[in-house]
Amino acid sequence: MDSYNAPESTPSASSRPEDYFIGATPLQKRLESVRKQSSFIPTPPRRKIPQCSQLQEDVDPQKVALLLHKQWTLYSLTPLYKFSYSNLKEYSRLLNAFIVAEKQKGLAVEVGEDFNIKVIFSTLLGMKGTQRDPEAFLVQIVSKSQLPSENREGKVLWTGWFCCIFGDSLLETVSEDFTSLPLFLANGAESNTAIIGTWFQKTFDCYFSPLAINAFNLSWMAAMWTACKMDHYVATTEFLWSVPCSPQSLDISFAIHPEDAKALWDSVHKTPGEVTQEEVDLFMDCLYSHFHRHFKIHLSATRLVRVSTSVASAHTDGKIKILCHKYLIGVLAYLTELAIFQIE
Amino acid sequence: MSPQKRFKNVQAQNRTSQGSSSFQTTLSAWKVKQDPSNSKNISKHGQNNPVGDYEHADDQAEEDALQMAVGYFEKGPIKASQNKDKTLEKHLKTVENVAWKNGLASEEIDILLNIALSGKFGNAVNTRILKCIIPATVISEDSVVKAVSWLCVGKCSGSTKVLFYRWLVAMFDFIDRKEQINLLYGFFFASLQDDALCPYVCHLLYLLTKKENGEIENGKLILFQGMQPHLQALLSLYKFFAPALISVSLPVRKKIYFKNSENLWKTALLAVKQRNRGPSPEPLKLMLGPANVRPLKRKWNSLSVIPVLNSSSYTKECGKKEMSLSDCLNRSGSFPLEQLQSFPQLLQNIHCLELPSQMGSVLNNSLLLHYINCVRDEPVLLRFYYWLSQTLQEECIWYKVNNYEHGKEFTNFLDTIIRAECFLQEGFYSCEAFLYKSLPLWDGLCCRSQFLQLVSWIPFSSFSEVKPLLFDHLAQLFFTSTIYFKCSVLQSLKELLQNWLLWLSMDIHMKPVTNSPLETTLGGSMNSVSKLIHYVGWLSTTAMRLESNSTFLLHFILDFYEKVCDIYINYNLPLVVLFPPGIFYSALLSLDTSILNQLCFIMHRYRKNLTAAKKNELVQKTKSEFNFSSKTYQEFNHYLTSMVGCLWTSKPFGKGIYVDPEILEKTGVAEYKNSLNVVHHPSFLSYAVSFLERGGNREKKWSWYLDYLFSQGLQGLKLFIRSTEGINCNNQY
Repeated sequence: MDSYNAPESTPSASSRPEDYFIGATPLQKRLESVRKQSSFIPTPPRRKIPQCSQLQEDVDPQKVALLLHKQWTLYSLTPLYKFSYSNLKEYSRLLNAFIVAEKQKGLAVEVGEDFNIKVIFSTLLGMKGTQRDPEAFLVQIVSKSQLPSENREGKVLWTGWFCCIFGDSLLETVSEDFTSLPLFLANGAESNTAIIGTWFQKTFDCYFSPLAINAFNLSWMAAMWTACKMDHYVATTEFLWSVPCSPQSLDISFAIHPEDAKALWDSVHKTPGEVTQEEVDLFMDCLYSHFHRHFKIHLSATRLVRVSTSVASAHTDGKIKILCHKYLIGVLAYLTELAIFQIE
Repeated sequence: MSPQKRFKNVQAQNRTSQGSSSFQTTLSAWKVKQDPSNSKNISKHGQNNPVGDYEHADDQAEEDALQMAVGYFEKGPIKASQNKDKTLEKHLKTVENVAWKNGLASEEIDILLNIALSGKFGNAVNTRILKCIIPATVISEDSVVKAVSWLCVGKCSGSTKVLFYRWLVAMFDFIDRKEQINLLYGFFFASLQDDALCPYVCHLLYLLTKKENGEIENGKLILFQGMQPHLQALLSLYKFFAPALISVSLPVRKKIYFKNSENLWKTALLAVKQRNRGPSPEPLKLMLGPANVRPLKRKWNSLSVIPVLNSSSYTKECGKKEMSLSDCLNRSGSFPLEQLQSFPQLLQNIHCLELPSQMGSVLNNSLLLHYINCVRDEPVLLRFYYWLSQTLQEECIWYKVNNYEHGKEFTNFLDTIIRAECFLQEGFYSCEAFLYKSLPLWDGLCCRSQFLQLVSWIPFSSFSEVKPLLFDHLAQLFFTSTIYFKCSVLQSLKELLQNWLLWLSMDIHMKPVTNSPLETTLGGSMNSVSKLIHYVGWLSTTAMRLESNSTFLLHFILDFYEKVCDIYINYNLPLVVLFPPGIFYSALLSLDTSILNQLCFIMHRYRKNLTAAKKNELVQKTKSEFNFSSKTYQEFNHYLTSMVGCLWTSKPFGKGIYVDPEILEKTGVAEYKNSLNVVHHPSFLSYAVSFLERGGNREKKWSWYLDYLFSQGLQGLKLFIRSTEGINCNNQY
């Protein structure tokens, strides 16, 4: 840093407190919301059971198929500055050039191969909770087909998408120069995620952070997803607990027939359409005591690391796989909430 | 002189010169020292390694030999020397050995490059030298620029030039900076005309090309018609940057564009990369949670926490569909950040300054901090807010488990932020938000000094709102930690108070009424400040009990009240808050002279402030909401009476402190009335003794004794007594 040792003798430029107090600036609102968040329990005691969304009907089914049954790594993302949906083509070109340049840096041999990629930006119309939510968009890196005769789409090397489902609390505090898409999901080589993330950070002055899911939130997911009405179950309900010990951690897996899980849920569930903290605790406690009766192990002393249901499965490292098309929006809404909590 | 003896002499000489040179390049020494995998440098710099003694001696000899060899080359071949070839061979071998084993320091590289390209030696020697110029860690950009300048003189042969370009391409990643080299872009571009050099220059340009270069240079490139692979590579890169400007169609399926320039140095390059990466294998750890996720910065391998300053050309150009060459050459009058060097420049171009693409980069640039400070553009502040909040959260070492290995880096980052805050005399909102989130998890030890400094830069706000988020958590740590921690907290709260007072005093003069949603009136602001002071009073009183009236602690408490007592006069703010009795009486009955002296000074200043306030009230006559209540005056008078009663009139326990006479009798002190006056007060005991020793006359008057005390530097006492002398002890305002 150049010349910090000689600060101004008087803080002549400090008209700031007053600046900040003129009306409620977005910055002021941000701080207010951080305060609110820090002073109360972070999660509201009740949430809605995921419902099938009307808006979701508009989403191109082909695109939805791209999103399901894939493992996504979650990131939270601060609002994008000066992002414009009308420039997606331009972004494709720039990101393409950036990826090529990054891959080439200092290596310089066998560059030809890497030129054969294509970056595609496209919107995921309808992928939103309310009309106010900004449009979600998808970024794909496709390897161009080697033979000109083959006109088919190339192999998808990397996919990432940005979305905001019921992001009202964040939208309130952001001015119009920003686009709030707090949840980013990536699938593909991490080196690619790094390059693309870097490009977004440089271009739109945003910030990616890995979004981990703690045991508390995993319990919530377990309860909410068990509560979803399913026509047929495609997977067993499974929990994974981890016992920290050296040299390798010990994992305890607990699989339940999904209908049994639903029956247990129905027995603890009281308020229709909603899930409360009390119910979540009760649900998990029932599982714990059942396990203890058979194996004499207190699961409450270990750490929940993974939850899999027919709706979706989530890992504490911030990995998610969504299985059920019907509750896609519902799952994303909770993830958006967690992402917003992280960037607040 | 036998050859052996001469050798020893030279060795000794070199040792001294090495000493001085390593002093000059402390930075590189530090960098190397950071890298534990480099055993040579560890033993060279870190002398406290007892195991490496043998190795140390070995390395020292090697180092000496290298210095000698470099010295030899620098002087040039000695014409008359008999065994010239032998010596040359020996030195070359030394350099080669060291270079391939450990790499060369950047100063050595500088010298050797100079030698290889200046044509002092023959072609064969130059080739051998160039082949073994392998960096230990980095190559300085200056060395490269100097080397390129030799190419223009025409002293080196074509093959040496080729080898040099190949070397430059291979080592490109290890050059510490590229700005200067990038300025030579045109020179390199011109070298494309040399057929022998062309492939390698192409490769170099390929590595060097940035967007701007591509736009400007590609017009010329069309002239090269031959579609050799290396030219194709360069063209395709230009095409990426400015597709509209290149009409040549390039084959897509080309696989290899460049001849592999690295192969000469392949193993060496791997070794350097290994060295630069540092120790990699991590010890096994208990996996403790989702918090295992490590900050992206390290995964995404950017070098520093704070982004590099880059102007935001991307975003700006994204809006334009078509770009013409003239657009590229003439960036529509905006001022590029890279050229911003001085404050006057900032002032002249403030209206057309290109903002950085990542706002976080301003943290390393004091000129842009000025800009941030005066700009009213909300997006700019929001971008900075988001970046800083997220970075703090990601980097914070106690916020996420298993992050402790990066403690030093986090400390440095906090230091940078605090420097910026001091520079701007203003706290950042992001830091406040960060404190809310991280304080409840803080252990009170990690980065203590930095963390408490952040507390003192919390922007002014309503105390009652901040208290549950911040001060309540801080209080828990305060009460359960050592006395030193307590003192540090008091110190930072004093600074916080001072910062708030400065903001408010500026604020008042800027605009009498603020229409804020938080503190609507000056009264509200004063209320907030007064709550802060009362809170610190509460902390102090309790701390005094916990630390059994520690003098050390009391000093820090009184330091705080030295700020408090002068608010009315120093900051022109209508507020006088007195200290709690627990502090006042502890100080009055202290056994420490300096404490009593400080107390006297504070009482003196309180009196000045209250008198000034009273005077203003009388002048204004109108009732303002800021007239102090009579309670404040009564409280002060009460303290004053106690003090005068103790120190001056020898009526200690009547007014002020009331102690039941029966209890006093039980203490068995015969003359308790006198025992707390200036002469007998225990804290002045040593002064009284030395006064008697000097004069020896018990009959000497009070005033002489007082003069003596004043002459001993007890300024507070002097001011206090002088200002109360004129008034009777029962004076009332």
